[in-house]
Amino acid sequence: MKTSAAQPSNTGFPHRHLLGIEGLKPAEITLLLDLAESYVEQNRQPDKKRAVLRGRTLINLFFETSTRTRTSFELAAKRMGADVINISVGDSAIKKGETLLDTAMTLNAMHPDVLVVRTPFSGAVNLLSQKVNGAVVNAGDGSHEHPTQALLDALTIRRRLGRLQGLTVAICGDISHSRVARSNVHLLNTMGARVRVVAPPTLLPGPFARLGVECFTDMRKGLEGCDIVMMLRLQSERMQGAYVPSVHEYFRFWGLDYEKLETAKPDALIMHPGPMNRGVEIDSEVADDLGRSLIREQVEMGVAVRMACLDVLTRNLAPANGGAA
Amino acid sequence: MAARDIAQGDARKPATGRVAYVNARLLDPASGLDAKGGLVTDGEAIAALGPEISAKGQPEGTAIVDCGGHCLAPGLVDMRVQVREPGEEHKETIASASRAAVAGGVTAMVCLPNTEPLIDDVAVLEFVARRAREVKLCKIFAYATVTKGLKGEALTEMGLLNEAGATGFTDGTAAVSNPQVMRRALSYARAFDALVIQHPEEKHLAGTGAMNEGEIATRLGLPGIPVAAELIMVERDLRLVEMTQGRYHAAHLSTALALDEIRQAKRRGLRVTCDTAPPYFALNESAVGDYRTFAKLSPPLRSEDDRRAVVAALKDGTIDVIASDHAPQDQDSKRVPFMQAEFGTSGLETLLAVSLELYHGGHLPLLKVLELMTVRPADLLRLPLGRLKPGAPADLVLFDLDRPWQIDADLLVSKSKNSAFDERPVQGVVLRTVVDGRAVFLRDAAG
Repeated sequence: MKTSAAQPSNTGFPHRHLLGIEGLKPAEITLLLDLAESYVEQNRQPDKKRAVLRGRTLINLFFETSTRTRTSFELAAKRMGADVINISVGDSAIKKGETLLDTAMTLNAMHPDVLVVRTPFSGAVNLLSQKVNGAVVNAGDGSHEHPTQALLDALTIRRRLGRLQGLTVAICGDISHSRVARSNVHLLNTMGARVRVVAPPTLLPGPFARLGVECFTDMRKGLEGCDIVMMLRLQSERMQGAYVPSVHEYFRFWGLDYEKLETAKPDALIMHPGPMNRGVEIDSEVADDLGRSLIREQVEMGVAVRMACLDVLTRNLAPANGGAA
Repeated sequence: MAARDIAQGDARKPATGRVAYVNARLLDPASGLDAKGGLVTDGEAIAALGPEISAKGQPEGTAIVDCGGHCLAPGLVDMRVQVREPGEEHKETIASASRAAVAGGVTAMVCLPNTEPLIDDVAVLEFVARRAREVKLCKIFAYATVTKGLKGEALTEMGLLNEAGATGFTDGTAAVSNPQVMRRALSYARAFDALVIQHPEEKHLAGTGAMNEGEIATRLGLPGIPVAAELIMVERDLRLVEMTQGRYHAAHLSTALALDEIRQAKRRGLRVTCDTAPPYFALNESAVGDYRTFAKLSPPLRSEDDRRAVVAALKDGTIDVIASDHAPQDQDSKRVPFMQAEFGTSGLETLLAVSLELYHGGHLPLLKVLELMTVRPADLLRLPLGRLKPGAPADLVLFDLDRPWQIDADLLVSKSKNSAFDERPVQGVVLRTVVDGRAVFLRDAAG
């Protein structure tokens, strides 16, 4: 693996931060997935704790509410022996008027090794990463990227179907505002899958086709012959008429039910990053179909993927307490 | 016109037997047919037509209608009608508008959704469909609104309304004013390949205007509606169509400049169409005369130059459709000072005769005039109508092309006894109207 001069590394992952999937090489993605795979087993043991990150400090800095992503990062870090601090919207100094960069500098002064950041502003995590000494993990920035979600989705698919290459994946729903969609498009394209996006035209910007995907507004056509159907959450404020006339209409034309799923491959698998709106973007029957729904498995893979990311990123940092790097 | 006889009673029963319309001048704009001959209907559909069909040799039991050499054409398809029901039944009802339609040779009409309640959900759309089945004279279709409650903000359930049979989407006599909303409407409608119809008027520029802005308005002391009110909205919309690739139709265009925009957009390959209504090619702003409220229309009657531009746009194909723009008003809405009068004129019964002026005046061939009111609107709205061909619904109009008469607003069948064309001498009289093989209108021989 080639290492960049600016960021010497012998880990096979020559990046100080994980800000997005766009720009990662297939081998780098494979490295993270392979490593994550090894953590899946560990997480199923009664003793889940390791000391890989002993001495390291991780700060979860969340400017948006989150249950699964924050918990997932926290568990990942703790299982690897790191100390974890959670800072969320309510108690951050941003509420008191501090700028994002001032908050970053303040936290940086306490020498965290890893900052996990979620923000409603696209690009804000990149900005913050330029001002801190540790590694920064993007846990979702606006409508831009959510790299660990794409990685956990890829791991889930790979474990079930053994590969990503050559699969046809339909990503359906609010494509326009979705960071999950963007990260998945980049990852799946990089790994050689065929990606389709399905959405009402108001939630599917024309230039999306330039990202190397096929665009559909008719869901039955979009699902035709798919291996994987990936549903996205539709936020309630977008269902009131500006983008979509009503929940009723959205579910009728873009909600995943068995009728629309008919056109996909007979064993097509269903995914959803959560939290789900049952009866909006997905029918309960489909969501709970144990044979086809990977939704719970996605959550499980989330912890393993985040452990792998923390593992790789901290290997690139200066050794903790003179320990082995 | 004097005596009228609207066929009642039998008119609502489905047609069953064979009828041969013989000794007719067959006119079918879709195929370019203009020939003497006959047409046979069997039940609700056209069975055959051609020069060889005559009274002779018809099987026993075939009813013979001698057309007396008059014109037999596809029934008119009128894509812009306000029926006022539900909500304003004192002005017009689905029944009275239907009677007016068939008296005017209109066999299918599309209603605007600006009723009370509005046609902005499936239930109201189904109400209109049910009333149309009960009245059962002409065929009735309806648009649904683009925005909920006509508020110009949130989109209606276009997909569900489309499935329930909405012919297209329009905010009726209001423009979708907010460009972001219009952009999303055009974009969203694309998922269903649905047509978005705009009343192109920039409302702030139109303001409280009562007639065309210009010398006459200035003399009369009436606030004007500038040409730019129409032009700016059409220009804006065309930019949005370019962005969204939606299907867009500009209704009742009245100005040379807006028509120029449409002409250029069509050259650029955009999916845009437009219509106009008889007042805009047959009248100009001077019809307002001495505060004549019958001539208070929206858009307003424009200058003579604009009127000529509308005729030119009909000739060169820029305008796709002539619609009646039937906008019924009661006496209380018109017999008031000009500023307080409502906009609109009765139009269903004068659509054919006034449009035939384009032929009689030598501006357009007869088939072209008919095309603008039959196959063009039908195709635009994706309705399987407007053609004389075997298997097509037997929707027909038989008319005397040359017979002169004088329009008299008091004698209109419509409940709306006002017309911008009141007292106008015209040529062309509807003799018989047939819908699905049923004779729904017959004019007395004496009429």
